[in-house]
Amino acid sequence: MNNQVKFVQGNEACAEGALYAGLDFFAGYPITPSTEIAERMSIQLPKIGGKYLQMEDEIASLAAIIGASLTGHKVMTATSGPGFSLMQEALGFAVMAEIPCVIVNVQRGGPSTGNPTHVSQGDVNQARWGTHGDHAIVALTASNHQDVFRVTVEAFNIAETYRTPVVLLFDEVVGHMREKLTIPEPGEIPLVERLKTSVRGGVDYHPYLPREDGRLPMSDFGGVHRYNVTGLFHDMWGFPTDNPKIVQGLLRHLVDKIENNSHKIAMYKEYYMEDARRILISYGSAARSALHVVENRRSRGERLGLLELQTLWPFPYNVVKERCSGARSVTVVEMNKGQIADQVKAAVDDPGKVFLANRVDGVLITPTDIRNFLRVIQGRGI
Amino acid sequence: MAIRDFLRERFFPHMWCPGCGHGIVLNNMLRAIQTLGMSKNEIAMVSGIGCSSRISGYVDFHTLHTIHGRALAFATGLKMSMPELNVIVPMGDGDALSIGGNHFIHACRRNIAMTALVMNNRIYGMTGGQFSPLSGYGTLATTAPYTNIDHGFDVVDLAISAGATFVARTTTYHAKQMADIIREAIIHDGFSVVEIMTQCPTYFGRKNKLGDASNMMEWMKDITTPVGSKAKEENPDLIERGIFVQKELPEYCSEYNKVIERAMKGRS
Amino acid sequence: MAKQKLKQHHINRDWCKGCGICVHFCPKKVLELDEEDKAVAARPEDCIACKLCELRCPDLAIEIETERSE
Repeated sequence: MNNQVKFVQGNEACAEGALYAGLDFFAGYPITPSTEIAERMSIQLPKIGGKYLQMEDEIASLAAIIGASLTGHKVMTATSGPGFSLMQEALGFAVMAEIPCVIVNVQRGGPSTGNPTHVSQGDVNQARWGTHGDHAIVALTASNHQDVFRVTVEAFNIAETYRTPVVLLFDEVVGHMREKLTIPEPGEIPLVERLKTSVRGGVDYHPYLPREDGRLPMSDFGGVHRYNVTGLFHDMWGFPTDNPKIVQGLLRHLVDKIENNSHKIAMYKEYYMEDARRILISYGSAARSALHVVENRRSRGERLGLLELQTLWPFPYNVVKERCSGARSVTVVEMNKGQIADQVKAAVDDPGKVFLANRVDGVLITPTDIRNFLRVIQGRGI
Repeated sequence: MAIRDFLRERFFPHMWCPGCGHGIVLNNMLRAIQTLGMSKNEIAMVSGIGCSSRISGYVDFHTLHTIHGRALAFATGLKMSMPELNVIVPMGDGDALSIGGNHFIHACRRNIAMTALVMNNRIYGMTGGQFSPLSGYGTLATTAPYTNIDHGFDVVDLAISAGATFVARTTTYHAKQMADIIREAIIHDGFSVVEIMTQCPTYFGRKNKLGDASNMMEWMKDITTPVGSKAKEENPDLIERGIFVQKELPEYCSEYNKVIERAMKGRS
Repeated sequence: MAKQKLKQHHINRDWCKGCGICVHFCPKKVLELDEEDKAVAARPEDCIACKLCELRCPDLAIEIETERSE
């Protein structure tokens, strides 16, 4: 059988990726520019016996999928900035209670109602630090529909592997643009399924005692093990405690299980990086313009390369540091006030060589914009 | 099965204050469950935040202690994903009707088969006695030192208007009735709301000079009357207790199964 | 007709917080709080095994054991 080829919006590519990954429960609330994901789910999920639930708001949407994840389902919700703001408390709950789930934020201009039908990448730091308290988070992004599909599948794999919420930070341009998507055959992309406990009924089960590899085998609600799930600091049975040793141990576990595996979670693509003397770092729809500039300059012999990030959090500091070590300049192309540029500055040996090429007016940054920034950086003026 | 078999006894004595009505709710909720002959594995309890919500930690079911006000939303996802689970959602009055008010009315509207227990002690106890949306006009609280000017909700009227298909009210004084009503609520195939008037002697009682826990229970006996009683006609200020609504309407999970059937038929 | 009559009051002193609800509502004045503010059955012979104390105990500390009497 040939792979199925479709001409779709990025939002549909995300929905298709989720279904490929085994999603069978979605709850959401309509919001531009993410709504097509919910619409797609409402059509597709009942066809496979899955459930689509339209909740009263975004808080309820994330709450509902956390509930459904506990019964063993792969779950997702999708939203945009204002809805993502509302979800932050429940996102922290999923971090604390270690609930696998995927949260899509198709970014639009903010703050507040902002620029609902226009592109932005302004929620990068919100994805990292939107919920209160120390924690680690995984956030992925993509610049084209094939990659949107792929990182969506990976989001589910990471959520299951590390028992964590994963944020998919797409943007309005990728979400609404139409282009080709080839659906991989089943099995072409490996899937991580829920790790279930092998502890039999009647034997003491510790839902929050990590195995040696750090993973936590789960028991479904409704199954033979009855345990407690809480947003409070808790012991290995899930019961609340304020014992300082246990509090510190759990917090360390929540951070370490992500940060210590950042090399495994790091997804990125390299274009013409081998001999690049100047480097662009970009992600999402901005990376499309960045790639255009790189290819154009290469055709004229200029040693310009692109490092396209797909994993934004945990930030791949080592990858960025290593790839940028010999570069004369590093220009971060993004549609915000420098949220990833700050991380790049923290990663490289010489922050002075890091520049920001950005646009924050709701319009996709163009190759011409980037070329102009490069000319200024190189001291040539526009 | 004795009700102690439903408890996680290692956490007793519980953390509630002496005389707190929440323990009476726990006591009689378990008596109701005891009569139903369900296995503990068939029951999930989902709660939010507050004194009332700590009830989930004490029972040996599948227990999910969530965030403030959102218990019904978590429970809706849990129930939809596994409709064979019996889902019970105990909430305080602030949890259910202030921060969680929106989830409350929408859960009523959907008619999803769950049991919402509103443990109404008319105060925020865990934070130290601030007025709640159920405190009522003219009461005193730590944040209403010059008397409260906020009017309260009528939980029963609200639930009925929002579409709940089982709506009842009882009190901790009427413990036997409470167990009977909770039993009916759990077996009802739709969204059930049971308001349980309960005493907070530590804050509501003390602030409003209502005496000790026993005095507060006596008071709840005096200010309530069975639904449709003559006494209500003579004294309209009396609060009715009993079952107000108990009707059959299509249940949400069953309705969604019809959606699945339609979607599968539509597929070529 | 078979009736239930009292066999024994089981009062869990570790769980009892001494709120006095059982004492207040006992129709036969069977129960008292002792010097440690724990409920005790001071006059068990008067108990009619109505179990109101058991149902209303917020600490789940009271169990009334009964036996059948003809």
